[in-house]
Amino acid sequence: MAEPLLDVRNLSVEFHTLAGIVPAVRNISYRLDRGETLAILGESGSGKSVSSSAIMNLVDMPPGRIASGEILLDGKDLLKMTPAERLEVNGRKIAMIFQDPLSHLNPVYTVGWQIREAMTAHGTPRGEAEAETLRLLGRVGIPEPERAMGKYPHEFSGGQRQRVMIAMALALRPDLLIADEPTTALDVTVQAEVLALLKELQRETGMAILIITHDLGVVAEIADRVVVMEKGVLVESGTVREIYHAPKHAYTRKLIAAAPGKGDMHPPLARREPLLTVRDVRKRYGAFEALKGVSFDLAAGETLAIVGESGSGKSTLARVLLRLDEPDSGVAEWKGRDLFTLSPAELFRLRRDLQMVFQDPTQSLNPRMTVYQLISEAWVIHPDILPKSKWRARVAELLAQVGLSAEHMSRYPHQFSGGQRQRIAIARALALEPKLIVCDEAVSALDVSVQAQVIALLDGLRRDLGISFIFIAHDLPVVRDFADQVMVMRRGEVVELGDVRQVFDAPREAYTQALLAASLDPDPEVQAAHRARRLEPA
Amino acid sequence: MSLSSTENAILPEPHPAARFLRMLWADKFALVSALFLIMVLILAIIGPHWLDDVAVKQNLRGRNLAPFDWSRDWFYWLGADALGRPLLARIIVAAQNTLMVAAGAVLLSSIAGTFLGLVAGFSSPRLGQVIMRLADVIMSFPSLLIAVIVLYLLGSSVLNLILVLAITRIPVYLRTARAEVLEIRERMFVQAARVMGASSRRILFRHILPVVLPTLVTLATLDFAYVMLAESALSFLGIGIQPPEITWGLMISQGRQYLTNAWWLSFWPGLAIILTTLSLNLLSNWLRIALDPVQRWRLEMKGGRHG
Repeated sequence: MAEPLLDVRNLSVEFHTLAGIVPAVRNISYRLDRGETLAILGESGSGKSVSSSAIMNLVDMPPGRIASGEILLDGKDLLKMTPAERLEVNGRKIAMIFQDPLSHLNPVYTVGWQIREAMTAHGTPRGEAEAETLRLLGRVGIPEPERAMGKYPHEFSGGQRQRVMIAMALALRPDLLIADEPTTALDVTVQAEVLALLKELQRETGMAILIITHDLGVVAEIADRVVVMEKGVLVESGTVREIYHAPKHAYTRKLIAAAPGKGDMHPPLARREPLLTVRDVRKRYGAFEALKGVSFDLAAGETLAIVGESGSGKSTLARVLLRLDEPDSGVAEWKGRDLFTLSPAELFRLRRDLQMVFQDPTQSLNPRMTVYQLISEAWVIHPDILPKSKWRARVAELLAQVGLSAEHMSRYPHQFSGGQRQRIAIARALALEPKLIVCDEAVSALDVSVQAQVIALLDGLRRDLGISFIFIAHDLPVVRDFADQVMVMRRGEVVELGDVRQVFDAPREAYTQALLAASLDPDPEVQAAHRARRLEPA
Repeated sequence: MSLSSTENAILPEPHPAARFLRMLWADKFALVSALFLIMVLILAIIGPHWLDDVAVKQNLRGRNLAPFDWSRDWFYWLGADALGRPLLARIIVAAQNTLMVAAGAVLLSSIAGTFLGLVAGFSSPRLGQVIMRLADVIMSFPSLLIAVIVLYLLGSSVLNLILVLAITRIPVYLRTARAEVLEIRERMFVQAARVMGASSRRILFRHILPVVLPTLVTLATLDFAYVMLAESALSFLGIGIQPPEITWGLMISQGRQYLTNAWWLSFWPGLAIILTTLSLNLLSNWLRIALDPVQRWRLEMKGGRHG
């Protein structure tokens, strides 16, 4: 059997904290051959990033410590190398790209300088490096590479920045490219392009790719083999096909079951009296038109999903509806009254009916308030809802409703996991007994399995309490099992608005079709078919 | 409080006071600082009644008496000043004036500065601009110059001194508070409170102030030393506290001309200033962690390990 390029054996990494020794990675082994793509799949806290940081020598030591194991690259143990040898390996043999390219590119140098620097630092003559930089930028698909070399990172879009990072990583023709969540921060259509680029480059250079991701779709699209990690332990490994069709470990099965977009879609609703009627809402920030005339209707107990990529105006629409921003023109009729012309006193009463759940619960919950204070604040502000003597019982009730327990009342937000925090935020919204809850990317920051739980929770609330939802997302599959109506937005305009079945099964507009095609399916076969279809017109 | 008693019923959490004492015990530097400050405070309260006679009694045979002469009375142990007055007794007596002026000025300026900063950061841009330009006016004047003019016009008294020192230090808090408010008001939890219908006052005092406060408290303790020295500079110019009243700063400036042959005249009051501000600083550092629910475990963890 040929020697693998990378062979990780029995690697354990632990962190020394005041709470004692925390094992981040326990006794994991995997191997990667040349020209192969291995995906490390896991949710947050699974240790998937720590294991690759150990390969790049990026674990902070202390508090981190590599407790056992070896990392063999071409048969040589990286962990036993001197710092000078290690430096020679990093960049030249192993390169890395990250989730957020903006924070990994130096903002005060041009991208051309930074790519050249990667080469000259390892001894390439200047002129040669210059020419190679130009070639690489062209190769990764940056338009007008000559001009792009003189530009600074902030002048590029997110997807282009990731391309620049890839160009920089490839500058020294590494044998191994480690990609840590490379597309998580990107729009779906851009994500598909970047993954396709990685695959192409791999075919050209024969490098091995180690991709770290939480997304089954990414695995299906790009990987040959996959290892699944849970809480620092490697639970299962195999080819992508094996893992998807015949998962052996319970955790893998759970992950696959949680992938969105497989359940039944809601049947079309009979037309009912609309609760909220929005007509021709416009909003501009300076010269930028964020909303160019948006209209829709929403009935009681109905869920409207608004899907769009970044810059589509979907969040602006939410902020305008909640009067966090003032619209320039338009009408939003709520129970026969225009939301946008309410007096402050009327607006205060309206707040009870209209609530919002934000994207990142870490930031939307005040870190210095206990759960009890967070939820009961609603009744401090609106004292007529509930007398103070009943607050404690009602908080316990609300916590039970969102799947937490009464003991959590005196804890602070940082003592909870991301999914639990989002439940607290939902309980807080429910405290006002609203008629409509606007969820702005409410599940985007959560792990896949938690995402499914939160969506099920919201759907249950809609059924039981008759609450309407406006559910904003950047990804179509997430809303498939949950929405009654889907509205696709692009650059401040409504591209398509229809019942969920119509939008998913028979999308009318080209943009909706492109979005659907770009979103990744966890099934490798389906994904291969997608890919083939995408390549056809080319 | 009824709220905390019911909380106890659900979770066996320690009483807040016990909890704070345990956290103080976990940080030995903060503990020593707290004890030192309590001692200084007690001395400041009882000192003038207790030692006033001793502190002003001249003894020309004991001029610039060197410290550590254990054969004399205890209040001569730190030496005596140019008129033979015992330094230790004078430091104890001076503690009252010094702390009163410094604490008064710091409290006044921090409260006024914080309030104006909150308003400037949160209200309409126009009002914010007016407040900021006023702060600029104060800052562009040399603070000692304002003090000289004001004290010359109003006459020097402890109250006027506090007022003048407070006004010159307001912009420090104002600018810090405003900058922090501008950042925090855009945070998600403030938006969430607004969606719930919280009033501006509630958002400002319930959500923004608790986040800003630790920074300002740290700033205030640092300012303590500055105010003490500024007060001594004014006293030196003859418009601050006037002899026979004494402060630590005044003692330092009185000892200045003897620095080459009798260092102890300035050294001991200087040490008193340093130890007081250092203690305040250590204590405020502890307080910052103890009041932050996210950081608190650091102290509780340490306490657990030691005891």
